[in-house]
Amino acid sequence: MKGKMAIIGDGEGALVFRSVGMDAYAAEDAAAAARLIRELAERYQVIFVTDVLAAQMEEVIAAYTARAYPIIVPIPSVQGGNGYGAQLLRSYSERALGMDITRGGRNSDGENNAR
Amino acid sequence: MARINVNPTRMELKRLKARLKTAQRGHKLLKDKTDEMVRRFSVMVRETMRLHDEVEAEVVQVLRQFSLARGSMSKKEIELVFSMPSVSLTLECTTANVLNLEVPKLHLEETRSEELYPYSFAEVTSEADYAVAAAGKLVSRLLLLAEKEKATAMLAEEIERSKRRVNALEYVMIPDLEETIRYISQKLEENERASLTRLMKVKSMLEERGT
Repeated sequence: MKGKMAIIGDGEGALVFRSVGMDAYAAEDAAAAARLIRELAERYQVIFVTDVLAAQMEEVIAAYTARAYPIIVPIPSVQGGNGYGAQLLRSYSERALGMDITRGGRNSDGENNAR
Repeated sequence: MARINVNPTRMELKRLKARLKTAQRGHKLLKDKTDEMVRRFSVMVRETMRLHDEVEAEVVQVLRQFSLARGSMSKKEIELVFSMPSVSLTLECTTANVLNLEVPKLHLEETRSEELYPYSFAEVTSEADYAVAAAGKLVSRLLLLAEKEKATAMLAEEIERSKRRVNALEYVMIPDLEETIRYISQKLEENERASLTRLMKVKSMLEERGT
């Protein structure tokens, strides 16, 4: 199956990815981005979303977890990442194993786990 | 523990015993599957986290580079320059099977045009060149991350689901079946004892009448 990539950004940052073959879409706020995702999910296999937007529409993105495609990935914006992607991975780890193992012996408060 | 509401008959007993056997077998298999999934997940989630941190840093770098480039050009120019893709990427999307779970598998085929840059050098600054070049290199890593993140998410969900199933079998279904089986066999034994005593009583009554 042939796939296509899209990127949803809140500013012009998405533009640079257009030059490498992704389709860039702009969304002003989370509501617009959520509408955009529902629309794009049918046509694109991989959708990158700025993490600021992604953090505000968790449940929209979670609805696509069960299927293999589309893949929706949060990426940082120009101001730097807000840690949403990492937080997502930690939450997966907590759900599956009951604890966060991504930090090599440190828990989410940054303290050392007693082992 | 709730007993299943069935008639205490030999038929029912046989049926329940078969069900118990199936449930125990299923429980063992599911538990093994969950254990293996957990093992793979713990490897995968660490790997994904590492990749995630690396890629995130790279993306921020590319975006910073791009905003530098943007600063030195007018908005119109930049729109023009970046709206033409330099590489046409063909993304091959298939699925791989991880423990009976369909996870996405991406394969990137780049068909580069003659030069990497979608514009003439006269038009733009060197900052833009760097940004585009870096973005081009980043794509394959981004896709790898996308694939891994999705697989991790799917595996996490599947582990949760199968853990719930294992627990339901272990703490509800199997004890219920065992209790019902015990109840039926006790009931049957009791019936047997009752009929035996009845026979003995009848016999002794007959003997009394005979003498």
